[in-house]
Amino acid sequence: MAEVGNVQAGMAGLAEAAPVPGRSQIQVVPLRGLPVVAAVVVFVIASIAGNWLWALTFCHVVGGALWTAIDLFVGLIVGPILGRLSVPARAEFTARFMPKMVLLMPTLVLMTLAAGFQLALKEGNLAPGNPNHAWLIASYCVVGVMAVIALGVLEPANITVLVEMRKQRPDGEVIALLMRRFIYTAGITGLMQVATLIIMTRVATQ
Amino acid sequence: MRRLPPIAQLTVCSLALVVIGGILMASYVPRQPPLAAPAALTAVSAALALASGYLLSRLEQFAWPRFFLAFRWALLAYVISAGMIGFAFVRDHTRGAPLALVIVMLVIFALDVPVVIAFTVARYSSPPHAAS
Repeated sequence: MAEVGNVQAGMAGLAEAAPVPGRSQIQVVPLRGLPVVAAVVVFVIASIAGNWLWALTFCHVVGGALWTAIDLFVGLIVGPILGRLSVPARAEFTARFMPKMVLLMPTLVLMTLAAGFQLALKEGNLAPGNPNHAWLIASYCVVGVMAVIALGVLEPANITVLVEMRKQRPDGEVIALLMRRFIYTAGITGLMQVATLIIMTRVATQ
Repeated sequence: MRRLPPIAQLTVCSLALVVIGGILMASYVPRQPPLAAPAALTAVSAALALASGYLLSRLEQFAWPRFFLAFRWALLAYVISAGMIGFAFVRDHTRGAPLALVIVMLVIFALDVPVVIAFTVARYSSPPHAAS
Protein backbone atom coordinates (compact mmCIF):
# COMPACT_ATOMS: atom_id res chain seq x y z
CA MET A 1 0.00 0.00 0.00
CA ALA A 2 3.00 2.31 -0.31
CA GLU A 3 1.50 3.36 -3.62
CA VAL A 4 -1.21 5.23 -1.77
CA GLY A 5 1.10 8.18 -1.37
CA ASN A 6 1.54 8.29 -5.13
CA VAL A 7 -2.22 8.35 -5.60
CA GLN A 8 -2.50 11.36 -3.34
CA ALA A 9 0.39 13.18 -4.96
CA GLY A 10 -0.84 12.40 -8.44
CA MET A 11 -4.48 13.20 -7.89
CA ALA A 12 -3.62 16.58 -6.43
CA GLY A 13 -2.79 17.66 -9.95
CA LEU A 14 -5.94 16.26 -11.49
CA ALA A 15 -7.75 19.57 -11.81
CA GLU A 16 -4.96 20.94 -13.95
CA ALA A 17 -4.46 17.72 -15.90
CA ALA A 18 -8.19 17.43 -16.73
CA PRO A 19 -7.68 14.81 -19.44
CA VAL A 20 -10.76 12.66 -18.83
CA PRO A 21 -12.78 12.52 -22.05
CA GLY A 22 -16.43 13.58 -21.76
CA ARG A 23 -16.17 14.38 -18.06
CA SER A 24 -19.82 15.50 -17.81
CA GLN A 25 -20.83 12.24 -19.51
CA ILE A 26 -19.43 10.08 -16.69
CA GLN A 27 -22.39 8.09 -15.39
CA VAL A 28 -22.32 7.45 -11.65
CA VAL A 29 -24.74 4.55 -12.17
CA PRO A 30 -24.56 2.97 -15.66
CA LEU A 31 -28.22 2.85 -16.65
CA ARG A 32 -27.66 0.09 -19.23
CA GLY A 33 -26.71 -2.26 -16.39
CA LEU A 34 -29.93 -1.76 -14.42
CA PRO A 35 -32.03 -4.33 -16.37
CA VAL A 36 -29.32 -6.94 -15.72
CA VAL A 37 -29.36 -6.10 -12.00
CA ALA A 38 -33.18 -6.31 -11.98
CA ALA A 39 -33.05 -9.72 -13.70
CA VAL A 40 -30.53 -11.01 -11.14
CA VAL A 41 -32.64 -9.74 -8.22
CA VAL A 42 -35.79 -11.35 -9.64
CA PHE A 43 -33.90 -14.64 -10.17
CA VAL A 44 -32.60 -14.62 -6.57
CA ILE A 45 -36.10 -13.86 -5.19
CA ALA A 46 -37.60 -16.66 -7.29
CA SER A 47 -34.87 -19.08 -6.12
CA ILE A 48 -35.58 -18.26 -2.46
CA ALA A 49 -39.37 -18.36 -2.91
CA GLY A 50 -39.18 -21.70 -4.74
CA ASN A 51 -36.37 -23.02 -2.48
CA TRP A 52 -34.71 -24.47 -5.62
CA LEU A 53 -31.48 -26.20 -4.68
CA TRP A 54 -29.79 -25.77 -8.06
CA ALA A 55 -30.72 -22.07 -8.40
CA LEU A 56 -29.67 -21.28 -4.80
CA THR A 57 -26.36 -23.11 -5.28
CA PHE A 58 -25.82 -21.33 -8.61
CA CYS A 59 -26.49 -17.88 -7.12
CA HIS A 60 -24.30 -18.53 -4.08
CA VAL A 61 -21.37 -20.15 -5.89
CA VAL A 62 -21.31 -17.82 -8.93
CA GLY A 63 -21.96 -14.67 -6.87
CA GLY A 64 -19.46 -15.68 -4.18
CA ALA A 65 -16.75 -16.67 -6.65
CA LEU A 66 -17.06 -13.38 -8.55
CA TRP A 67 -17.28 -11.30 -5.36
CA THR A 68 -14.20 -12.96 -3.81
CA ALA A 69 -12.17 -12.91 -7.01
CA ILE A 70 -13.00 -9.28 -7.84
CA ASP A 71 -12.29 -8.14 -4.25
CA LEU A 72 -8.92 -9.91 -4.21
CA PHE A 73 -8.02 -8.72 -7.71
CA VAL A 74 -9.02 -5.09 -7.11
CA GLY A 75 -7.61 -4.91 -3.58
CA LEU A 76 -4.29 -6.62 -4.13
CA ILE A 77 -3.53 -6.12 -7.85
CA VAL A 78 -5.52 -3.25 -9.44
CA GLY A 79 -5.19 -0.92 -6.41
CA PRO A 80 -1.37 -0.97 -6.25
CA ILE A 81 -1.13 -0.67 -10.08
CA LEU A 82 -3.53 2.29 -9.98
CA GLY A 83 -1.18 4.01 -7.57
CA ARG A 84 1.68 3.78 -10.09
CA LEU A 85 -0.22 5.06 -13.15
CA SER A 86 0.20 8.57 -14.54
CA VAL A 87 -2.46 11.08 -13.48
CA PRO A 88 -4.33 11.10 -16.84
CA ALA A 89 -4.30 7.30 -17.05
CA ARG A 90 -5.51 7.01 -13.47
CA ALA A 91 -8.31 9.52 -14.04
CA GLU A 92 -9.45 7.80 -17.23
CA PHE A 93 -9.31 4.35 -15.64
CA THR A 94 -11.25 5.53 -12.59
CA ALA A 95 -13.93 7.21 -14.72
CA ARG A 96 -14.55 3.97 -16.63
CA PHE A 97 -14.00 1.45 -13.82
CA MET A 98 -15.82 2.92 -10.82
CA PRO A 99 -19.35 3.13 -12.38
CA LYS A 100 -19.21 -0.59 -13.14
CA MET A 101 -18.23 -1.34 -9.55
CA VAL A 102 -21.18 0.75 -8.27
CA LEU A 103 -23.60 -1.71 -9.88
CA LEU A 104 -21.60 -4.93 -9.89
CA MET A 105 -20.48 -5.30 -6.29
CA PRO A 106 -23.79 -4.67 -4.43
CA THR A 107 -25.53 -7.03 -6.86
CA LEU A 108 -22.97 -9.80 -6.30
CA VAL A 109 -23.06 -9.31 -2.53
CA LEU A 110 -26.87 -9.44 -2.44
CA MET A 111 -26.93 -12.52 -4.68
CA THR A 112 -24.30 -14.39 -2.63
CA LEU A 113 -25.63 -13.61 0.83
CA ALA A 114 -29.36 -14.05 0.18
CA ALA A 115 -28.88 -17.34 -1.68
CA GLY A 116 -26.20 -18.55 0.78
CA PHE A 117 -28.38 -18.01 3.84
CA GLN A 118 -31.29 -19.85 2.26
CA LEU A 119 -29.00 -22.65 1.10
CA ALA A 120 -27.50 -23.09 4.57
CA LEU A 121 -30.99 -23.28 6.05
CA LYS A 122 -32.19 -25.77 3.44
CA GLU A 123 -29.12 -27.99 3.89
CA GLY A 124 -29.45 -27.96 7.67
CA ASN A 125 -26.06 -26.26 8.15
CA LEU A 126 -27.59 -23.72 10.54
CA ALA A 127 -28.84 -26.38 12.98
CA PRO A 128 -27.00 -26.03 16.33
CA GLY A 129 -25.59 -29.56 16.22
CA ASN A 130 -24.28 -29.28 12.67
CA PRO A 131 -20.44 -29.22 12.41
CA ASN A 132 -20.72 -26.32 9.95
CA HIS A 133 -22.72 -24.11 12.33
CA ALA A 134 -19.70 -22.50 14.00
CA TRP A 135 -17.98 -21.95 10.63
CA LEU A 136 -21.09 -20.22 9.30
CA ILE A 137 -21.23 -17.92 12.32
CA ALA A 138 -17.56 -17.10 11.64
CA SER A 139 -18.46 -16.31 8.03
CA TYR A 140 -21.29 -14.00 9.21
CA CYS A 141 -18.71 -12.12 11.29
CA VAL A 142 -16.28 -11.79 8.35
CA VAL A 143 -19.11 -10.66 6.05
CA GLY A 144 -20.37 -8.25 8.73
CA VAL A 145 -16.97 -6.53 8.95
CA MET A 146 -16.70 -6.42 5.15
CA ALA A 147 -20.26 -5.04 4.88
CA VAL A 148 -19.58 -2.19 7.29
CA ILE A 149 -16.31 -1.30 5.50
CA ALA A 150 -17.86 -1.59 2.04
CA LEU A 151 -21.13 0.21 2.79
CA GLY A 152 -19.79 2.76 5.24
CA VAL A 153 -16.49 3.72 3.60
CA LEU A 154 -15.80 2.14 0.22
CA GLU A 155 -19.07 2.77 -1.60
CA PRO A 156 -19.52 6.39 -0.43
CA ALA A 157 -15.90 7.09 -1.48
CA ASN A 158 -16.46 5.42 -4.85
CA ILE A 159 -19.63 7.44 -5.61
CA THR A 160 -18.14 10.71 -4.36
CA VAL A 161 -15.09 10.30 -6.64
CA LEU A 162 -17.42 9.86 -9.61
CA VAL A 163 -19.53 12.88 -8.65
CA GLU A 164 -16.34 14.93 -8.20
CA MET A 165 -15.01 13.86 -11.59
CA ARG A 166 -18.24 15.03 -13.28
CA LYS A 167 -17.60 18.60 -12.12
CA GLN A 168 -16.15 21.19 -14.48
CA ARG A 169 -13.21 21.66 -12.13
CA PRO A 170 -12.72 18.53 -10.00
CA ASP A 171 -10.93 19.02 -6.71
CA GLY A 172 -7.77 16.93 -6.96
CA GLU A 173 -7.28 16.98 -3.19
CA VAL A 174 -10.75 15.50 -2.59
CA ILE A 175 -10.22 12.81 -5.24
CA ALA A 176 -6.81 11.93 -3.78
CA LEU A 177 -8.25 11.62 -0.26
CA LEU A 178 -11.13 9.42 -1.40
CA MET A 179 -9.01 7.28 -3.73
CA ARG A 180 -6.64 6.62 -0.84
CA ARG A 181 -9.64 5.54 1.22
CA PHE A 182 -10.86 3.36 -1.67
CA ILE A 183 -7.47 1.65 -2.13
CA TYR A 184 -7.00 0.96 1.61
CA THR A 185 -10.51 -0.40 2.13
CA ALA A 186 -10.39 -2.49 -1.06
CA GLY A 187 -7.11 -3.97 0.24
CA ILE A 188 -8.68 -4.78 3.64
CA THR A 189 -11.78 -6.41 2.13
CA GLY A 190 -9.50 -8.30 -0.31
CA LEU A 191 -7.53 -9.74 2.60
CA MET A 192 -10.74 -10.60 4.47
CA GLN A 193 -11.84 -12.59 1.45
CA VAL A 194 -8.97 -14.99 2.18
CA ALA A 195 -10.75 -15.78 5.47
CA THR A 196 -13.98 -16.34 3.52
CA LEU A 197 -12.19 -18.77 1.20
CA ILE A 198 -10.85 -20.76 4.18
CA ILE A 199 -14.27 -20.86 5.89
CA MET A 200 -16.22 -21.80 2.77
CA THR A 201 -13.83 -24.59 1.76
CA ARG A 202 -14.11 -25.97 5.31
CA VAL A 203 -17.92 -25.84 5.12
CA ALA A 204 -17.95 -27.57 1.74
CA THR A 205 -15.71 -30.43 2.89
CA GLN A 206 -17.12 -31.27 6.35
CA MET B 1 -11.76 21.29 3.62
CA ARG B 2 -14.58 22.27 6.02
CA ARG B 3 -14.82 20.52 9.38
CA LEU B 4 -18.27 19.02 9.83
CA PRO B 5 -19.92 17.21 12.77
CA PRO B 6 -19.16 13.44 12.94
CA ILE B 7 -22.27 12.52 10.94
CA ALA B 8 -20.60 9.83 8.82
CA GLN B 9 -18.89 8.29 11.86
CA LEU B 10 -22.13 8.16 13.89
CA THR B 11 -24.01 6.65 10.95
CA VAL B 12 -21.32 4.01 10.31
CA CYS B 13 -21.36 3.11 14.05
CA SER B 14 -25.15 2.81 13.85
CA LEU B 15 -24.78 0.57 10.79
CA ALA B 16 -22.15 -1.57 12.54
CA LEU B 17 -24.42 -2.10 15.57
CA VAL B 18 -27.36 -3.11 13.43
CA VAL B 19 -25.11 -5.52 11.48
CA ILE B 20 -23.93 -7.09 14.77
CA GLY B 21 -27.56 -7.38 15.89
CA GLY B 22 -28.45 -8.99 12.58
CA ILE B 23 -25.59 -11.51 12.96
CA LEU B 24 -26.81 -12.37 16.48
CA MET B 25 -30.35 -12.93 15.17
CA ALA B 26 -29.20 -14.91 12.13
CA SER B 27 -26.92 -17.14 14.22
CA TYR B 28 -30.01 -18.56 15.98
CA VAL B 29 -32.01 -19.35 12.84
CA PRO B 30 -34.04 -21.64 12.65
CA ARG B 31 -34.47 -21.45 16.46
CA GLN B 32 -36.17 -18.59 18.32
CA PRO B 33 -33.39 -16.09 19.13
CA PRO B 34 -33.08 -14.39 22.53
CA LEU B 35 -34.03 -10.79 21.82
CA ALA B 36 -32.40 -8.84 24.67
CA ALA B 37 -28.96 -8.28 23.10
CA PRO B 38 -30.19 -7.59 19.53
CA ALA B 39 -32.89 -5.25 20.90
CA ALA B 40 -30.32 -3.34 22.97
CA LEU B 41 -27.98 -3.06 19.96
CA THR B 42 -30.89 -1.86 17.80
CA ALA B 43 -31.88 0.74 20.38
CA VAL B 44 -28.32 2.15 20.55
CA SER B 45 -28.10 2.01 16.75
CA ALA B 46 -31.38 3.93 16.41
CA ALA B 47 -30.15 6.51 18.93
CA LEU B 48 -26.94 7.02 16.93
CA ALA B 49 -28.92 7.29 13.69
CA LEU B 50 -31.21 9.88 15.28
CA ALA B 51 -28.23 11.82 16.63
CA SER B 52 -26.70 11.77 13.18
CA GLY B 53 -30.00 12.95 11.65
CA TYR B 54 -30.21 15.76 14.21
CA LEU B 55 -26.66 16.94 13.48
CA LEU B 56 -27.37 16.70 9.76
CA SER B 57 -30.55 18.80 10.07
CA ARG B 58 -28.60 21.57 11.80
CA LEU B 59 -26.04 21.94 9.04
CA GLU B 60 -25.92 25.29 7.30
CA GLN B 61 -24.07 26.04 4.07
CA PHE B 62 -24.51 22.47 2.92
CA ALA B 63 -25.12 21.11 -0.60
CA TRP B 64 -28.67 19.92 0.16
CA PRO B 65 -29.78 19.45 -3.48
CA ARG B 66 -26.78 17.17 -4.04
CA PHE B 67 -27.49 15.38 -0.73
CA PHE B 68 -31.12 14.65 -1.60
CA LEU B 69 -30.26 13.60 -5.16
CA ALA B 70 -27.79 10.98 -3.88
CA PHE B 71 -30.02 10.06 -0.92
CA ARG B 72 -33.14 9.24 -2.90
CA TRP B 73 -31.37 6.96 -5.40
CA ALA B 74 -29.36 5.22 -2.69
CA LEU B 75 -32.55 4.86 -0.63
CA LEU B 76 -34.28 3.16 -3.55
CA ALA B 77 -31.37 0.71 -3.92
CA TYR B 78 -31.14 -0.11 -0.22
CA VAL B 79 -34.91 -0.39 0.29
CA ILE B 80 -34.83 -3.11 -2.40
CA SER B 81 -31.83 -4.71 -0.68
CA ALA B 82 -33.47 -4.57 2.78
CA GLY B 83 -36.73 -5.82 1.28
CA MET B 84 -34.96 -8.91 -0.03
CA ILE B 85 -33.40 -9.66 3.35
CA GLY B 86 -36.80 -9.15 5.03
CA PHE B 87 -38.41 -11.44 2.47
CA ALA B 88 -35.87 -14.19 3.30
CA PHE B 89 -36.72 -13.93 7.02
CA VAL B 90 -40.50 -14.01 6.32
CA ARG B 91 -40.01 -16.93 3.91
CA ASP B 92 -38.20 -18.80 6.70
CA HIS B 93 -41.16 -18.39 9.05
CA THR B 94 -39.74 -15.68 11.32
CA ARG B 95 -42.79 -14.25 13.09
CA GLY B 96 -43.84 -12.01 15.99
CA ALA B 97 -41.29 -10.07 18.03
CA PRO B 98 -38.20 -11.40 16.18
CA LEU B 99 -39.70 -10.32 12.83
CA ALA B 100 -40.60 -6.90 14.24
CA LEU B 101 -37.01 -6.47 15.46
CA VAL B 102 -35.60 -7.59 12.10
CA ILE B 103 -37.84 -5.04 10.34
CA VAL B 104 -36.64 -2.23 12.64
CA MET B 105 -33.02 -3.27 11.94
CA LEU B 106 -33.67 -3.31 8.21
CA VAL B 107 -35.27 0.15 8.35
CA ILE B 108 -32.17 1.49 10.14
CA PHE B 109 -29.91 -0.28 7.59
CA ALA B 110 -31.92 1.10 4.65
CA LEU B 111 -31.62 4.65 6.06
CA ASP B 112 -28.01 4.53 7.34
CA VAL B 113 -26.36 3.55 4.06
CA PRO B 114 -28.07 6.27 1.94
CA VAL B 115 -27.29 8.86 4.64
CA VAL B 116 -23.58 8.02 4.69
CA ILE B 117 -23.39 7.94 0.86
CA ALA B 118 -25.35 11.20 0.41
CA PHE B 119 -23.47 12.97 3.21
CA THR B 120 -20.09 11.97 1.76
CA VAL B 121 -21.14 13.13 -1.71
CA ALA B 122 -22.60 16.43 -0.45
CA ARG B 123 -19.83 17.36 1.97
CA TYR B 124 -17.38 17.74 -0.92
CA SER B 125 -19.84 19.75 -3.04
CA SER B 126 -20.34 23.49 -2.88
CA PRO B 127 -23.65 24.74 -1.46
CA PRO B 128 -25.85 26.22 -4.26
CA HIS B 129 -25.42 29.90 -3.31
CA ALA B 130 -21.68 29.41 -2.73
CA ALA B 131 -21.35 28.10 -6.29
CA SER B 132 -23.21 31.08 -7.75
